Amino acid sequence: MNNPLVENYFRVDKLPHIWCPGCGHGIIMSAIARAIEKSGLDKDKVCIVSGIGCSSRAPGYMDFNTLHTTHGRALAFATGVKLANPELEVIVIAGDGDLSAIGGNHLIHAARRNINLTTICFNNNIYGMTGGQYSPTTATGDKGTTAPYGNIDRPFDITQLAAGAGATYAAKATVYHVNQLQKYIEAAIGHKGFSMVEAVSVCPTYYGRKNKKGSAVDMMNWLKDSFVDMKIAEKMPEKAVGKFVMGEYVNKVEPEYTELYDQVIERLKG
Amino acid sequence: MSKVIKFLQGNEACVEGALMAGMRFYSGYPITPSTEIAELSSEKLPKVGGKFIQMEDEIAGIAAAIGASLTGKKAMTATSGPGFSLKQENIGYAAIAEIPLVVVNVQRGGPSTGLPTSPGQGDVMQAKWGTHGDHPVICLTPDSVKETFDLTIRAFNLAEKYRTPVILLTDEITGHMREKIEIPEVSELEIYDRVMPEKGADYKAYRLDEGDLVPKMAPFGSGFRYHVTGLMHDETGFPSNSTENADVLIKRLMGKIEANKEDIITYEAYETDDAEYLILSYGGTARTAKAAVKKLRAEGIKVGLFRLITVWPFPEEQVRALSEQVKDILVAELNFGQIKLEVERVVKGNANVRLCGKANGEILTPEELMKAFKEVL
Ligand SMILES: Cc1ncc(C[n+]2csc(CCOP(=O)(O)OP(=O)(O)O)c2C)c(N)n1
Ligand code: SF4
Repeated sequence: MNNPLVENYFRVDKLPHIWCPGCGHGIIMSAIARAIEKSGLDKDKVCIVSGIGCSSRAPGYMDFNTLHTTHGRALAFATGVKLANPELEVIVIAGDGDLSAIGGNHLIHAARRNINLTTICFNNNIYGMTGGQYSPTTATGDKGTTAPYGNIDRPFDITQLAAGAGATYAAKATVYHVNQLQKYIEAAIGHKGFSMVEAVSVCPTYYGRKNKKGSAVDMMNWLKDSFVDMKIAEKMPEKAVGKFVMGEYVNKVEPEYTELYDQVIERLKG
Repeated sequence: MSKVIKFLQGNEACVEGALMAGMRFYSGYPITPSTEIAELSSEKLPKVGGKFIQMEDEIAGIAAAIGASLTGKKAMTATSGPGFSLKQENIGYAAIAEIPLVVVNVQRGGPSTGLPTSPGQGDVMQAKWGTHGDHPVICLTPDSVKETFDLTIRAFNLAEKYRTPVILLTDEITGHMREKIEIPEVSELEIYDRVMPEKGADYKAYRLDEGDLVPKMAPFGSGFRYHVTGLMHDETGFPSNSTENADVLIKRLMGKIEANKEDIITYEAYETDDAEYLILSYGGTARTAKAAVKKLRAEGIKVGLFRLITVWPFPEEQVRALSEQVKDILVAELNFGQIKLEVERVVKGNANVRLCGKANGEILTPEELMKAFKEVL
């Protein structure tokens, strides 16, 4: 293998990864690595934290300080890492279930604190690792192994959830729109404060099969046709009818948690 | 040097001890009767450049403490029953990933919300078996304010030395009681810091090198990029499904405590040399037990007290040896016999084992204990 990105940022001896053929998660992992490269971060100072799920296996392949935690708790572990050593660039990788079901409380509170963590949500609209149960982002009517008659739950929009809870950077893109995705991840890394990028992924093995979405290629085409850029949606609303909007939902500057804490320490030195 | 004497509550002594041991990170969620530990930590930590954070729940409280410990900081979280239940999954995480950490549980009464402002000792078995799977456990329990101070320092030392979460099990009695204690100079104390790899060393996160008690622990950000997981892992830290590897890992984790029981176990044997009868107790209840032993001795009865200071690992050999000497062991505890079961297990029928226990939020009185004791005479 002589792909410099892979050699520089991945643990080559841990590859190939465990993901199914056609899984979107690998695309997101590569986008994160490219965004880290573009950001010029020192590998020794990057810490990648994940929970449990197919997506959460990504850090094991990535050559940084990596922490694979318990289901849903990545943001809480990451908060401890970041507050204890703000010099580290802490990136959190979490599935939609990990981040918005069992870890939903940690998501809204990390966003509320505006602590400088970069969260990348691998949203495949299903619980992949446990075999295709519906998640908080599964669309109403879709099927999962625990929604055999169609899901009656209403889904979260994770980007809006983070934004509503106080994230100062929140963006959404898909694994089809990978350049845009990488750009948002780069912006999120550069952003000081809580940032989240929702990376809409595909799980052909469970979500695709259960919902008759065809092959992995068909699912990618579905992403291409179903998402519209926010700028286009704003200029030509007729093009956005019935589609999902991707783009930067929030990008603002507000006081960051670890800096505020350091100010308290400084003040006490008096 | 002039002595520093302070009049402290047990919970305050815990924070004073933690700071002396080097605590620089606290994360938790408030709960009676442990809250003063959080409050005092929030006041004191930033003054020494440390960090305090009130998390959104107890699960996050322990998770953040584990994260902080991985950056090289000594971390603590404190709680009581309901919060201790919530922390269990991540206690197991810290055990398998070998993260030094102190978890304080100021026990209160009852299951569920129970009796929030009353003492209890119903979490001793949870401290051992609360998280799923076999795992190593160190659990200490003080009977006074001074001992809360001392054992908090010891808890940090053992956590650092054995790379494991250490549970400090206090109770509403010792947590809220006030006593005068003498605070030593840091230089008078033995403080243990985790062993770290040298810069540029050939490092594997979970490899035992010649002479190592536990694998060396590199702080995140120090130039060793390694992987930490709650999955069974090999010496590199990466997950492994191999049953042979799992066998090696779990035996090493259990073994590091088992093989060092002598270093870890402490206890108090009071008037046991010539004892024909024994009262066994721990924590705040042991104060009652000691008072009862004194009164019974004054009546000419040869009774002694064995007080657990280390609850887990259990001082099996010591209790078994005494069981060969005495006729009867009365276990005094604020539950329905959790440690009594353990005593029965280790004495193997050598002595009669009885319980003086209750779980209604009241403490035991010396009179109650003496009455229960005298039933054997
Ligand atoms: C406390 C706990 N509950 C449940 C599980 C089982 N579990 C593992 S991963 C997972 C869901 C994974 O879905 P998601 O987070 O969306 O990630 P994906 O696998 O789809 O990438 C569940 C329910 C667990 N490991 N721990
Ligand atoms: S089950 Fe789905 S999410 Fe998991 S690796 Fe396979 S395709 Fe990807």
